[in-house]
Amino acid sequence: MMTLAEKIIARAAGKNLVRPGEIVTCQVDLAMMHDSGGPRRVDSKLRELGVGIWDPDRVVVVSDHYVPAVDADSAEILSFTRGWVAERGIRHFYDMRGICHVVLQEHGHLRPGMFAVGGDSHSPSGGAVGAFMVGIGATEMAGVLATGEIWIRVPETLRIDLSGALGPCLSSKDVLLHLCATLGMNNDYLCIEYAGEAIADLSMAERLTLCNMAAELGGKTGIVAPDARTAAALAAAGAPNTFDPSWRSDEGAATRHHRVDLSALSPHVAAPHSPANSSPVNDHAGTRIDQAYIGACTGAKLQDLQMAASVLRGHRVASHVRLLIAPASTQTTLQAARDGTLQILTEAGAILLPSGCGACAGLGAGVLAKGEICIASTARNFKGRMGSAESRVYLGSPYTVAASAIKGAIADPREVHA
Amino acid sequence: MIAGRAFVYGDQIDTDVLAPGAYMKRPLAELAQHCLEAVDPNFASNVRRGDVIVAGSGFGIGSSREQAAQALIELGVGCVLAKSFARIFYRNALNLGLPVLVLDAPHAIARGMRVEVDIATGRVAVPALQLDYSAQPIPPFLQALLADGGLIPHLKKRFAARSG
Repeated sequence: MMTLAEKIIARAAGKNLVRPGEIVTCQVDLAMMHDSGGPRRVDSKLRELGVGIWDPDRVVVVSDHYVPAVDADSAEILSFTRGWVAERGIRHFYDMRGICHVVLQEHGHLRPGMFAVGGDSHSPSGGAVGAFMVGIGATEMAGVLATGEIWIRVPETLRIDLSGALGPCLSSKDVLLHLCATLGMNNDYLCIEYAGEAIADLSMAERLTLCNMAAELGGKTGIVAPDARTAAALAAAGAPNTFDPSWRSDEGAATRHHRVDLSALSPHVAAPHSPANSSPVNDHAGTRIDQAYIGACTGAKLQDLQMAASVLRGHRVASHVRLLIAPASTQTTLQAARDGTLQILTEAGAILLPSGCGACAGLGAGVLAKGEICIASTARNFKGRMGSAESRVYLGSPYTVAASAIKGAIADPREVHA
Repeated sequence: MIAGRAFVYGDQIDTDVLAPGAYMKRPLAELAQHCLEAVDPNFASNVRRGDVIVAGSGFGIGSSREQAAQALIELGVGCVLAKSFARIFYRNALNLGLPVLVLDAPHAIARGMRVEVDIATGRVAVPALQLDYSAQPIPPFLQALLADGGLIPHLKKRFAARSG
């Protein structure tokens, strides 16, 4: 009897059975890295080791942090990345196409049952398609590139059973902010599996948000067992049809359990400076904002933009507020242009920014000055993350960010949307 | 044995505090000057080789950026003792050769006190308190990695053994 995560780890370790706490060595199916923690950080280490990449076709490189270049330093990083992938024979390279976690799934690189590593802490996002994907640092990545393997301690699985349906203007972001408050951010070494009757209703984008923010819960990763929705998304992304219904947890294999009734949830906002500092939006309603930011892998996928547009339609952003929107990928921008979403956003007064990690990581356009207050659809509001150490960032869903932009202060989207 | 003065912090010292995003594209020596400045503005200028960070739970939570650990090494930090570590930071630190030990017992270590840490056993001596604490020792296979100076020297040794 094993959980989905244990089954994937056992397969990658060449074992029939693994148990939580056991340390095993796994063969890596896919390694993803970006311009910040990738080539510029691993190159010297690989040279020191004097070895090549174990399998360049299993490596995906995405330039998403320093895009587009804003100064000579960032231009050099991007230029180095381009040269490096060419020199190392890496075919899967996405240069300014969007944020790595979204790009990986758009292009069908991740499939159910894969054991993957990513040079970014939001790599748990890969769990949305039923892959086991963990974040690692650059030295560890150099080790993976050199050997194709990595040691891992088999995590216990925390199964979060979702029941009921989300109400109007609620999203998986609210679910995660609620979980950050109730479970805290130190769920160390756990694989967080989202399951239960409500999971079938959640889109792939919503599942990505859930798995993505397993990082904020402190988990090793997040995962959702693949289903018909996964199979359809993989087919749309042109991934080989490897849907296998056995990639799911055996009943009773998870060692920890938690339940969330989605129908009882209200929109949540996390106050500075921690995602765990979250509570229902009304606790902060009326807090005046300077900036509203819709961006990041967590909060600027097509569906996130559509959520914002549903609130902003026919409204204008408050005169003292700047609403900045950085779509998660160029494909997101294209789709949002085609379906009319971009028009609604820009008519409301939103300013479009390039696709990339941007201000969420304190890079590029949209960082904050001393004393400024921002509400963002991103995953983290650590002190100084979006700019000045004396700025304050609140986290909310795209609905809540949009409603707050209209009101000029933190607002319950259900009141604006009605 | 590592010995130095204690720099004491609370819970959830995150990677943005350790390695602020705004300086991430700058050389490590420059980035390190801003390490912890959001919670302790003079940390970089006060810390000396061998000093020890003592913190609460979730140390290193956040990004996978290993500059969070590398900045501490650059500034000469000898060891981090924390109630718990974010998993990526924990691996990054050991991979880069920075000893990190889980000290989950309540303790009375205050800023500036001399702290002596025995990496092999996890013994933490605090002369000012006339007390010894027991940190969880680092697992043996990771101690071997640390003894080699981190993952890259460790792999180099492995590759040499294979080809030799």
